[in-house]
Amino acid sequence: MSSIKLRAKITDGVTAVKVLISHPMETGLQKDKKTGEKIPAHFIQEVVCKHKDTTVMTANWGGAISKNPYLSFNFKGAAAGDTISLSWVDNKGEKDSAEAAIS
Amino acid sequence: MTSMKRRIFLKGSLATGAVGIAVSTGLLTPRVSLAAWSKAAFDATDVNASLSALYGSSGMDNSDKIKIKAPDIAENGAVVPVTVTTTIDGVSSISLFADQNATPLTAEFLLGPTTEGFVSTRIKMGKTANVVAVVKAGDKLYSSSKEVKVTIGGCGG
Repeated sequence: MSSIKLRAKITDGVTAVKVLISHPMETGLQKDKKTGEKIPAHFIQEVVCKHKDTTVMTANWGGAISKNPYLSFNFKGAAAGDTISLSWVDNKGEKDSAEAAIS
Repeated sequence: MTSMKRRIFLKGSLATGAVGIAVSTGLLTPRVSLAAWSKAAFDATDVNASLSALYGSSGMDNSDKIKIKAPDIAENGAVVPVTVTTTIDGVSSISLFADQNATPLTAEFLLGPTTEGFVSTRIKMGKTANVVAVVKAGDKLYSSSKEVKVTIGGCGG
């Protein structure tokens, strides 16, 4: 199952993109309550969203983005039915990507 | 014999050619794209140092064209919804700071040419702090801030 939920909706020429990613987003500061040891940092560093060949959003994140991150933004110049793609990479090199059609 | 060698040579050059194309078109993104992720900025322990690492300067003007929507009081610092809207023209980047966090920079958003001055996300805040949004338009930096009171911190402990 993909870790990404991606929705894009166009109204009056403006496409609203909403993304939910399931990811633990560990800062590296939090301690395991049972063992008292620090939980290693594990967070998404970069999210890239593209419409056709244009990058409409590059988000560089630190560990201070909440668990299961949410991101929303708007862009112009797309048409209904166009495909947008989104991918993320975390600090361990894990990654995922998804595509969605603009409705 | 010579023709065999030529064949192998051709195969080899084709294979490297394909990898080269994959790299240049961004199919092998991690190494390439992460160059943009500024470790110095994310590891910096105060806002100005982080700004310098990110933009090469920390001089900025307060602007009333930036609106930050965040709760006045956040019960749970682990999930603080923040929305930044700006009406400044030519915005290329929006970054978000929580100035009392151990590492204040939470996120940097690089906007495409067709992207509007609007981002919405959820951040973690260790304690009551100002949420600072810094907007880069052209070569200038603009900022705005809003205080969020946090009753339970969200950065471990």
